[in-house]
Parts: sequence; structure tokens; C-alpha cells
Amino acid sequence: MTPRRQRMALIAAVVAGVAVSVALALVAFRENVLLFFSPTEVVAGEAPTERGFRLGGMVAEGSVSREEGSLTVEFVVTDFANSIPVSYTGLLPDLFGEGQGVVARGQLNTDGSFDAEEVLAKHDENYMPPEVAEALERAHPEGSP
Amino acid sequence: MKEFLAMGGYAVYVWAAYGMTVVVIALNAWAAQRRLRRTLGELKTTAQPEDPARRPTVRKV
Amino acid sequence: MSRWRWFHLLASPPYVYRLAERLAPWIGAASVLALAAGTYGGLVLAPPDYLQGEGFRIIYVHVPSAYIGLMAYVVMASAAACGFIWRIKLAHAVAACTAPVGASFTFLALFTGAVWGKPMWGTYWQWGDARLVSELVLLFLYLGFMLLRSSFDERDKGDRVAAILAAVGVVNVPIIHYSVEWWSTLHQGATMMRLDGPSITLEMLIPLLIMIGAFTLCFAWLILRRLQAEILDRERRTRWVEQLVTGGAS
Repeated sequence: MTPRRQRMALIAAVVAGVAVSVALALVAFRENVLLFFSPTEVVAGEAPTERGFRLGGMVAEGSVSREEGSLTVEFVVTDFANSIPVSYTGLLPDLFGEGQGVVARGQLNTDGSFDAEEVLAKHDENYMPPEVAEALERAHPEGSP
Repeated sequence: MKEFLAMGGYAVYVWAAYGMTVVVIALNAWAAQRRLRRTLGELKTTAQPEDPARRPTVRKV
Repeated sequence: MSRWRWFHLLASPPYVYRLAERLAPWIGAASVLALAAGTYGGLVLAPPDYLQGEGFRIIYVHVPSAYIGLMAYVVMASAAACGFIWRIKLAHAVAACTAPVGASFTFLALFTGAVWGKPMWGTYWQWGDARLVSELVLLFLYLGFMLLRSSFDERDKGDRVAAILAAVGVVNVPIIHYSVEWWSTLHQGATMMRLDGPSITLEMLIPLLIMIGAFTLCFAWLILRRLQAEILDRERRTRWVEQLVTGGAS
């Protein structure tokens, strides 16, 4: 082996070794890398209910209700298979709305409802002008693209 | 114009992002130019091969 | 005359110095023009987004800076690996020039992402979000590379040790790109690099592409200018540098 080939092999071996160990670590700690759990995962008991966790999904159409004269909001987070009712008191981000993605951090109650301490909006990768969005809405009234 | 600057209520965020972009690009360009100028200037003052007095003298032992 | 001639020329410091001296003014001018056109397109011509309104215009500085941050890392790591394997000093010089530029654009991507996230998501930063944290790791890899390289008195040794760190850090590049697919994150999925084509309308996409081109030209200009200084610094005791700074006489 020439010194050049030795150096090449050294670099390749180190990179491969680190890649494998990082991959193993990521698989092992997959739960800690997940930012949020879907309603189906929560219903299946996969979410860490003993401590706080984040619940992610879509705000169900027509489920948002605000309490008169307070900042308390109630809505349902769904992944179209399962749904979880959420209540939250505080300011909501601009993109929060029915049919929009949402990530809520908080605690699961024993009755299966969720008390959020923080609500974040999650937007998708689609960008379009309002006219295009309206045209799409007319073509597919259910909102699914 | 006023409407453009207001950015539909997102003025703080949009202009902060564009402002920081200007700062980062300008600082990068300034630093790159300055380093080249300085290196050239420094080499010009130290390297004067035409001056024999600055050449190390070679002595035979 | 072999087909490897270009390779040897590109490893020759005086040739690369003069090439950079010739190319840099053109690339710099093109970059300024493209930056102006892209900014005008992004801030004025592009229509507002149906959901994010005018706030979405941050995309025109966020995506290009994130792209440069990643691309620069690949350039830096490849150059460092070439320098390590073939003992090419010029390749180490390229890696050394790329690190501060890549770090500053990675910082810009994190900053513009934070000020986009605040109004849209409701937060500047989320610990535990795979995309956000892996991008922060990228910044630390750049800083670690610079710190490690400068902590050796002998430049050659610093170059070689830092090259190993740069090569190892390449593992982070696919993690950043695929983080939004592999794990649930707050960050949305890829808009442009999709199998079914970009999910953004053409009139919004064109300024974005111009901006990405402009940032790439800007990056190239910065690397060429820094490389010139780095070459002079490393070759200060050679005859061609002496001739260059004294005006070609002797």
C-alpha cells in the first residue's frame, strides 16, 4: 500500500465509522429525535404520557371554538385516523387555522384530552399566490390537493 | 411606498432578514478584499529582492 | 501532454492566482447584478403567499443562504480530503478559505429562519427539531474546523488534522437534507428538490432561482479573493510571488 492509498483508506474508514455510529445512534434515539407524536401514536400509547410531549397533526375543520372574553381556545387535532381534543390559553401564531398543521406541547389528561402550554403552527412546502389558492379551492372543494 | 415598507405587518421580520443578509454579504466582501490588500501590502514592504543589503549573506565556513 | 494537465494546472499556485485575478471582477459584477435582480423580483415582483402573505418573502434570502451553507461544506470537505490524500497544498488553501464563508452563510440561514419562524410557527427556535439542530451542528462543524486548524503552530499539521474533522462532518450533510423526511419536524418538507417538481408557482420560483444563482456567484467571488490572499501567504518565499509584488522585475 502506498502512503497515498493509506491516507485514502484512513479517511474512508473514519467517515464510514462515524456514519455507521451516527446512524445507529439516530435509530436508537429515534423517539428523542421526533419533535411530535401523531394522534394515532398517542391513542396507541406510544407517546410518553407520564411526562410532557408534543402532539402534531391537522386542526380539524370546524373544530376551533374560542371562549368569550378570554384567550382560551379549544380545537381538535386530527391525523384523519384519530383525533384528540386540545385546549390552550394564550396567543396563537399567524398560520394557526382550521385545516392547518399544528404542533402543541403539553400534557395528556386521563380522559384523553390534551392541555397545551404552547401551540406552534406547522406550514407545508406549498407556496402560491392567493388567486391560485382560490382556484385550487374551487377545483377541489374538500381542500385536499 | 409606505405599504411596501409595512410588508403586510411582517415588516420587522422581513427587514430583519434582509438587513442581516446585507450585513453578512457586505462584511464577507470587505473582509476578503481587506485580507488580499493587506497581504499584498505586507509582501511589498518585506520583499525587496533588488536591495542586496536585505539579502542574507552567505558565508563560507 | 496528458489528460491530467488541467488537474496539474489547477494544483499550481501561480496559475490559480492569475486565473482568480482574471475571473474575480467578472464574477463579482455578475453577482451584484443578480443580487439586485433577485432582490427586486423577490420583494416587489413576486406575489404574496396565500397563507403567509408578505412574510413569505424571507424565503428569497433564507433558502439561498441555507443552500450556500451546505454547498460550501461539501466544497470544504472535498478540498480538505483531496489535500489530505494527494498532499496538495492548494486544496488545503481552498478548504481554509471556504470555512469562514460557509460559517457566515450558515449563520444567516439560522437567523433568517428564526425571524421567519417567529411570526409563522410562533417560535424563533425549537430544541429537539431535527432540521434546526442539525443546521446548528453544521455551524459548529465550521467553527470547529477553523479552531482546530488554527490551533497548530505548523500550518501543514493543522491542515491535515482539520481535514479529518471536515471529512467526518460530511455525515451531517444528508442528515440536514433528509431531516424533514426522516423525522417529524416543525420545518416543512423540500419545496424545490422534489421528485414531482417544485411545489411553488413559477412567478415565485423565478426570483428564488435568480437569488440562488446570485448567492452562488457571490460565494465564488469570495472564495477566489480569499484564495488569492491565502496563496500569497503560503507562497510568500517563492520567486513568482516576489516577482509579482515587486512588479515583475528581476
